[in-house]
Amino acid sequence: MISLKVNGKNYEVDASPDMPLLWALRENLELTGTKFGCGMAQCGACTVHMDGNAVRSCVTPLSRAAGKNIITIEGLNDDIAQRLRDAWTAEEVPQCGYCQSGQIMAAAVLLREKPHPTDEDIDYGMAGNICRCGTYQRIRKAIHRAAKASTP
Amino acid sequence: MNDNTTVNRRKFLQTGALAGGGLLLSFYMPALGKGLKRVPPAPATCAPNAFIRINADNSIKILCGHSEMGQGTYTAMSQLIADEMDADWSKIVVEAAPAHQDYFNPGFGMQLTGGSASAYSEWERLRKVGASARAIMIEAAAKKWNVPAAGCTAKDGFVLHSSGKKISYGDLVEAAQGITPPTDVKLKDPKDFKYIGKPVKRLDTKEKTNGEGIFGMDVKIPGMLVAVIQRPPVFGGKVKSFNADKAKAVPGVQQVVQIDRGVAVVATGYWAAKQGREALEVEWEDGPLLDSVEQRKLYKEMANKPGSVALKEGDVSAVTGAAKALDVEYETPYLNHAQMEPLNCVADVRADGCDIYIGTQAQTIDQMVAAGITGLKPEQVKIHTMLLGGAFGRRAIMDGHIAAEAVQVSKAIAKPVKVMWSREDDVRGGYYRQFSHHKMIGSLGADGKPLSWLHRVVCQSFMIGTPMEQMAVKNGVDMIAVEGATELPYEVPNLQIEWHRGTEAVPTLWMRSVGHSYTAFAKECFIDELAFAAGKDPYQYRRSLMDKHPRLRNVLDVAAKKAGWGTALPAGRARGIAVHESFKSFIAQVAEVSVTATGKIKVHKVVCAIDCGPTINPDTIKAQMEGSVVFALTSAFYGDISFENGRVKQRNFHDYKIMRINEAPVVETHIIESTDTMGGVGEPGVPPTAPAVANAVFVLTKNRLRKMPFPADVRKTT
Repeated sequence: MISLKVNGKNYEVDASPDMPLLWALRENLELTGTKFGCGMAQCGACTVHMDGNAVRSCVTPLSRAAGKNIITIEGLNDDIAQRLRDAWTAEEVPQCGYCQSGQIMAAAVLLREKPHPTDEDIDYGMAGNICRCGTYQRIRKAIHRAAKASTP
Repeated sequence: MNDNTTVNRRKFLQTGALAGGGLLLSFYMPALGKGLKRVPPAPATCAPNAFIRINADNSIKILCGHSEMGQGTYTAMSQLIADEMDADWSKIVVEAAPAHQDYFNPGFGMQLTGGSASAYSEWERLRKVGASARAIMIEAAAKKWNVPAAGCTAKDGFVLHSSGKKISYGDLVEAAQGITPPTDVKLKDPKDFKYIGKPVKRLDTKEKTNGEGIFGMDVKIPGMLVAVIQRPPVFGGKVKSFNADKAKAVPGVQQVVQIDRGVAVVATGYWAAKQGREALEVEWEDGPLLDSVEQRKLYKEMANKPGSVALKEGDVSAVTGAAKALDVEYETPYLNHAQMEPLNCVADVRADGCDIYIGTQAQTIDQMVAAGITGLKPEQVKIHTMLLGGAFGRRAIMDGHIAAEAVQVSKAIAKPVKVMWSREDDVRGGYYRQFSHHKMIGSLGADGKPLSWLHRVVCQSFMIGTPMEQMAVKNGVDMIAVEGATELPYEVPNLQIEWHRGTEAVPTLWMRSVGHSYTAFAKECFIDELAFAAGKDPYQYRRSLMDKHPRLRNVLDVAAKKAGWGTALPAGRARGIAVHESFKSFIAQVAEVSVTATGKIKVHKVVCAIDCGPTINPDTIKAQMEGSVVFALTSAFYGDISFENGRVKQRNFHDYKIMRINEAPVVETHIIESTDTMGGVGEPGVPPTAPAVANAVFVLTKNRLRKMPFPADVRKTT
């Protein structure tokens, strides 16, 4: 049994310690907002927060995730998350939407670290997340919009 | 008909919340987990037709037969209905329709989302559907008030009477029962459109930003197991024998079964199934061992010989007195669709029926294929269309293999199962956009105008041998394989388009913009070559040859003007232009490009002009142009599936690269106001991008990029 703390709740998961966190989230906890895209940390669809850092849950073994504070898209509910969702809606970012959980998780860490990111900051912070629908231009606009919506 | 099946939690929450408002259409039983089943609907909802459910709480559910794969069809189709229905947009809820002939695409005769055809094929039908529902609401109100219908009108979800009386659609649900839907309805004058042609907000954004949207990959039904399939490493290969002992020893692995396309390892979850597959021992009988280097040589040789003639005007071989002649070759590789959501399908085969949960573009085919495997009647096979995490054609397959695999496994183990593809399975799974080789021979007269144009395409056909062969093949030519080449908009007195069928060693398939994805590259680069050979400006040269194509010429003019064609640019930058008609739409693009010190292309901006006739949602059109440009640039810079010893060399996103945000250009879209024939928007933005960029690179480097993907250092290549 592995103890996981996800979105503020404690869980005991019966799984092998080398199983990636992604599968515990999706299959054991039924938190399917975190997506499977590549399984090798190439696309960012599986991005979650672990102790405040954006990590690729598809390559994070449960042994490393145990006891850490894990936040998934379902539990991302702070002020930054609200601004991001409002901005994503205003800019009509999602197309197929499959990568967008990961995009928002990555953007949330970016905005926490750089409340007013430049285009270069966005390039650097978001280049790990692939969007095959090509919504990049709108992601960029939405991040700038979310940054502007912050209370000074 | 059955519209009461879904596994969407959001819909459950919405319906639950709406229950307080009055009539509860139906409810779910969440105790079953995420495989939510519904009990039969309560009787008093108004179902004026297969597409609309009016509920007593004033919510209106639209059942959409077209699959939502990102292109915005759920929203656009709802706009058509809601506008003619005079519905209140805030009350619209959209849901995937079941597989049923009521939802057959009017143009295809089956339920199939593709060909950028949803909007124009539903433009008439769904507006009539909406107008018919509006007429029912008016008649119901007139009946209730005991007044003539002529004195009633409708607005924003209410029927109004000249006396000042007002009643909501929801309050008319009971009165509307039994009213025969009128078939002869008058459609609105476009000037009265309230939602059509407006940038109405997408209906699916919320569930795509909070993790609640349910894609095929996310489905879980009671008792469901997860399977991965070991498929042959070589296309056309077969299982000779296998030993499952080690696989079965992996904790969580339950069964190992052989199916038509390989060996399935069935487990309690994906990780166990995947580990089980790694331990599985299979001996294969290989198919033909394709090698990309050999294939390239073969295609090159084929391209030197006359092919089957797709189009002939004048006589290219009889041209005399040419001032200049060009003879060049273009090439494009096999491509993987690489939609973000790896392929998957849930199947639950029982003696009395079969449920399939799948992000599919082709419900009718999946239903027929499942019926064939199970021996059930097609109507016993229920297709639950989930959100599609991208598709680009990969989920519209004529052999229905994605569903077939899951149905075969479920049938074999007598349990529900989700078959999942890893990214590697997906990249190596075939059904690629074809490898193509192009021979282009042209000549110019003394005035610089083209005298002759020969375009010879060598590529596979994915139509021959399918039910669509008869439609696609004319005089021995797969017209889909040469589409775009055969509609040359430039005036050339002697024109010939030919095709050679390539080696059928790999399963191929349509991918976003299909034949146009490679023919436009050859065609739009070659006309640029002719322009430079003639010493003319490539924009003006094209335009001078397009008198018979006013819509195409107009977008060319608009794109050139908006991009500032001919005006000065910062040092080191250049513009390239391309124009192409596909899927009934007309698009021109101007790419603004530079080349770095290491020879890498940087695309700064793409200006796009589109004429797709009347528009349903201009913001969706812009989004599709933005996405198409990035999609095309991925192909231009990176896309390449190649073979060695019959095996696909690429594996995952590290060696099958996709464009990322730091490389993505700004796309500026200009939509032409038009009342002309309507066209599609999902695909036609793709074809002009690669040639526009290649043409700009030529201006900077004097090197013609005639092969995709473009080299990493464009200074060194011709």
